[in-house]
This record gives sequence, C-alpha cells and structure tokens, in this order.
Amino acid sequence: MYQYDAIDRDMLADRSAEFRGQVARRLAGELNEDQFKPLRLRNGLYLQLHAYMLRIAVPYGSLNPAQLRKLAWIARTYDKGYGHFTTRTNLQLHWIKLRDAPDIMDHLASVDMHAIQTSGNCVRNVSADPYAGATSEEVDDPRVWAEAIRQWSTVHPEFSYLPRKFKIAVTAAPKDRTAAKTHDIGLNLKRARDGALGFEVMVGGGLGRSPYIAPTIRQFLPASRLFSYLEAILRVYNRHGRRDNIHKARIKVLVATLGRDEFAHQVEAEWEKIGAAVDLPDDELARIRGAFTPNSFETLPPRSEALEAARAATPAFARFARNNLKPHKVPGYGIVEISLKAIGETPGDATSEQMEVVADLAERFGQNDIRVTHEQNLVLPHVKLDDVPTVWAALAEAGLATPNMNLVSDIIACPGLDYCALANARAISIAQNIAKTFADPDRAEKVGELKVKISGCINACGHHHVGHIGILGVDKKGEEFYQLTLGGSAAEDAAVGQALGPALPHDKVAEAVDTLVDVYLRERQDGERFLDTFRRTGVTPFKEAVYADAH
Amino acid sequence: MPTHISLRDGVFGLAEDPFTTVSDDWAIPQGDVIVSLTRFDSEGDRLLAEGRKVGVRLEAGEDVEALTYDLPRISVVALVFPKFGDGRAYSYARLLRDRYGFKGEIRAVGDVLREQAGFMVRCGFDTFEPADGSTPEVWAQAAQRFRHVYQRGSDVRTPAFAERQP
Repeated sequence: MYQYDAIDRDMLADRSAEFRGQVARRLAGELNEDQFKPLRLRNGLYLQLHAYMLRIAVPYGSLNPAQLRKLAWIARTYDKGYGHFTTRTNLQLHWIKLRDAPDIMDHLASVDMHAIQTSGNCVRNVSADPYAGATSEEVDDPRVWAEAIRQWSTVHPEFSYLPRKFKIAVTAAPKDRTAAKTHDIGLNLKRARDGALGFEVMVGGGLGRSPYIAPTIRQFLPASRLFSYLEAILRVYNRHGRRDNIHKARIKVLVATLGRDEFAHQVEAEWEKIGAAVDLPDDELARIRGAFTPNSFETLPPRSEALEAARAATPAFARFARNNLKPHKVPGYGIVEISLKAIGETPGDATSEQMEVVADLAERFGQNDIRVTHEQNLVLPHVKLDDVPTVWAALAEAGLATPNMNLVSDIIACPGLDYCALANARAISIAQNIAKTFADPDRAEKVGELKVKISGCINACGHHHVGHIGILGVDKKGEEFYQLTLGGSAAEDAAVGQALGPALPHDKVAEAVDTLVDVYLRERQDGERFLDTFRRTGVTPFKEAVYADAH
Repeated sequence: MPTHISLRDGVFGLAEDPFTTVSDDWAIPQGDVIVSLTRFDSEGDRLLAEGRKVGVRLEAGEDVEALTYDLPRISVVALVFPKFGDGRAYSYARLLRDRYGFKGEIRAVGDVLREQAGFMVRCGFDTFEPADGSTPEVWAQAAQRFRHVYQRGSDVRTPAFAERQP
C-alpha cells in the first residue's frame, strides 16, 4: 500500500471541505440542480433511479484492511449494508442521501480514500494489474506508476475539463489483467534489451456506442518521460477532441478520425516542444516507490504439505484451489482470487459482513493487502500456501468461496435497469439466469475459460463488446431484448465481438448461452478455449444452433 | 467603466476595465479595444499604429498559434469559455504563458464560474469576468481552495513533489 503523507491528506481534507460547501449551497437552494450536477459528478455522486449513487475511488484497485472495513461501515451506516465493485475497480453505493454525502467524504478521508474524479470529463481512477507485486510475470511494479499518475491527474489545472471522460490503465506483464486496450490510454511496462524500463503506449481504446481497440502509438517510451508524453496526448485531445457531440467526444474517435499515424505524429510533435522539464523528477518517483509498504516473505518450500493434504481430503477445496489459486512470484505463496459472483447473486456485490471477512483475512494471512479487479472480484495477493485451506474455509462460510474464476459464471455485469437511469434493460437478472444454468461446477470447469459480459445499454459499462460472449440489453417497443456478440476479448488478444444475429427476449438469453456452449463443446479441438474455437470456426455453427428454432 | 476581477502580485481585486470588447459588426470606438482574431488580422496594424492598446478575443477552436508572431504587440488575450465544461482555453493559456512567453493579460470570458477559478489561475489567467456574480473575495477563496498542488502549472505555486524535497 502507498502510505499517504501530510500533503496527500491535506488534498483530501481540502476537497472534502469544498464539497461540503457545495452541498450546503445546493440544500439551501443557492445552486440549482443544473449548476450542482457537474460539481457533484466530480465527487462521484450520481442521481440514479431511486437515490443518489456514490462512486468511491479505489485507486488501482488497492485496499488495506482498515480501508475495506471503513467501506463496510459506510455501507452499513449510510446505505443498505452492501456495495457494488465496478469494472473501474471502484465501489458504488446505490442508496445514498445527499445530506450524508459530505460526512461520508470525511469518513473516507480518515482512511486516505476519496471519490475524487470518479465521474466527469476528467482523468478517472487509474487501474493497474491486480497481481502487481505478486506475479513473477511483471517487469516492474505498475502501482508505483499508477500512484504517480493518480497524483498528477488529481485536480489537474489543464486537463480537468476534457471533451469526455478519460481512463488510463497500467500493466507490467505480458498477460493483461487490466483490459488495457479498451482504455483511452493503456500503458504496458516493458524492459528493453539493455534493461531500460519503458512503456508501450496504446491510445484510443474504448467501448460504448462505437468500440475500438487501442492502437499502439509508441512501442517504447523511456519510463522517465512518461509525464511529458501524457501531457502531449492530453493536450492534443483537449484541443482537438470533439465537443459538439457527446457520442463522438472520446479520444478513440479522434484517433480513429485522424488515423493512428497522424495522431501519433501530432503527439510526438507536441511532446518534442514540451521537452523533459515537465517530467516527474526521478527522486519523486523513488519517494513514491519507497512509500509502498514493503512485503516480508518467508523462505518456504514451493510445495505446501498442508495445501496438498487439504486438496486430497476435500474435493470442494480442491476445486477452489484449481480455479481460484494462482502462482505467486515467491515460493510457498499464492494469489487467492475471491469471487464476487456467487451463483444467483449480483455480480460485484459484497455485503458489509463479507467486506469485513476479507479485511480480517488480509490482516491475518494476506500482508494487509487486498485488490479489486476490473472483472469485479477481489484478490488476496500474498497468501502462504499453508494458509490457503484456512482462508478458503473462512471465505466459504461468508459465501465468498465460489470456485468460478474465469469460468462461465464469473460474469461482468453493469447494474442495469435495476438501478441505472440510462439502462434499457436488466443486466443482473441475465447474469443470475446464466449462472444458474451453469450451476453444476463440473460442467462449468469442463467448459473452461469463458468470459461473459453484460451491459444494460449501449454505454457498455458491462464491457459486452469484449466478452467472449457479450450481451447487450436493448429496448424494443418497451420490451427488454438482448443482442449477443461472440469472439470479443479484453486481454492481450483484445478484439471487439461479432454480432450473432437478431436480439433475443429476456427469458431466452441463458438458454442461448447454453446452446453456444454446447456448440463449443462439440467443435472444440485440443486445449481450445471458447474464444479460440470461435475464432477458428467463425460465427456460422453458433448462429445456426441458436436460431435453429426460428427456421 | 465596467469592472472585472484582476490578479496582480498575488492579490485578487476589483479593477476597472479600460478595454471595450468590440464585436465584428460594430464600428471601432475610441480607446483601448479587444477585437476578434479575424478583425485583428485585417485591422490590427492600423489600430496599433493609432497608439492604442489592442487585445484579441480567441474563441474556443481557434488556433492560439495564429497569434504567436503578434504577441509582443498585444496587450490582452481574451479566451472564451463558450460553456463551463469547455476546457480548451486552459490549454491555450498554458501555451501562451509557457511556450510563447506572453507577459500580457490573459482574460477569462464567457461562461466563467467560481468553480473554475483555481484551474484558470494555475493555467496563467490573470483577469476574470465571472458570469456568476463572484466578488474578488469569493473568487480568491475558490482559487486558493487547495493548500497544495500536485503539478507544475503556469503559476508560481510549488508542486507537491518539490515541496517534498528535503
């Protein structure tokens, strides 16, 4: 965890005081809703169907136990005792009262948290690999860079009124767990042959109405030049991004309109003029790096007898370990994935009690470290293999041990029509129906990796374009219908999915997914994931099967 | 004479505005004037030759680079905020100050509200025509809301990373 200093804390206190004043002016009628809206949005406060929704930032998805306990307490005190983790690794509380919001900000600030810039046309919460600091795949710790970007983007003088929202992801491993190529800027840390650290810079990804996979505009940017390069990208966008049409205002449209080469050329030209003077000094980067609490790992054998004994004795644990336990860079340790996708529950939701269980486990067994993933799950990144059976038992008791990581029921879904004023259709109930269809864990494991992503409207908060199976809710004359897409991916092999055919009614969607899976199981060759089979066969066999009845 | 908020030597105060902002279809009055970029291109030389001070009003979307050659002769650049949320002028102000070394007045006009005060000051604006009736006191309070800043701007504030230096 990055340890805040007095300056970081003053920033939160000042922001909180400013917000308290704005809410007071609103409650006193000095501000009307139109004037108040852009101010509250910059503090994560939305007005939804039933109440205010507060979106709390979890910078690069990193939490300590005190913070998670505070979130649990806030959810219990000011909301209905649960929260919703989002694809931006934030936490949303959906039943907030306006008059409580300033107090909530103060409570958040007391544990070095905030809701700054979780909405609005500004640089949003920065995301990073949830396995940062724990995976042997990474060339550097992406959190250090993400924290530096968090500070740089907070109340930025020039880039706080952009044409549209702006999202940045940082990863440092070849396996992309951040969906970097769907971001406005995706940064992939790499090492050159001489060992020098640099970024592959991808710009102009995004989902929504017109999905784009971000093209690479620079293969290798020396790491020390990151902030001048970000300034160049943001300045070109701030000046030339479209402001006349909200649907064409994201940087992806500018990049696509100019073409990657011309956009890159404009950025490079601006960057040369900016020069190195605005880059973050090396000693500040070193300070940030040093402000992350170091881990202390014991020297352990790579094989844990306790773990192996539990595997042999308890099939349910063995299943959990197969699906939710991932390799750690240090022998004798593992990364434990906590699914927030219990069968029949709302994807990404956690109750206050569940948050407290995870906080306790992180404290006792996990080096005080908790991560939120963009796939709406939690991670304990540093658990001794010997402790995994104990951790599993505690998770199971709290309903948090669903062994479905990356399986068909590990679904991303937006809140949809149950909460959101923008939605055309429900998303949660579709996720629940699909999860129930695949409730048999043996079958789910046999199917293997299958990423289902559901959005309740074209804004694509559920990332449906990049689902192996994507599901988009649409409104057809007042009825909920769903368009299916196949073959998308948000990972290093990113792609936008291809439409399957005519939209299906609500109660046919889970059935259609079942049919798609049957086709995959019939067609698949050795070791192929659903995505691989689809990419080999194309849409035809899937389409024929789903629409067979219609013929 | 109309007034606006002016930042001079770190202090926000009410100042009289000696400039008349002239739209393109008006005749040029006596005295100091602010004209559009188009009008400056066609009439700037003549107006300056008359010994008066001349400012240029730059709309969002017009290239600040069009002014670079003339900046030493221009007294004011008025940057237009067509809407509160249109942030292009922040980039223009920074380029005027940091890249082109403009020492004259940079004025915020249009949909100018107190919530933007801090951003404007940090980008190098020093004159403000608030649309929300803000007094200099209110404006100063809004502009100085944060005790620290994380980035180097076009103002004199010390960024956090420099404050942290031992």
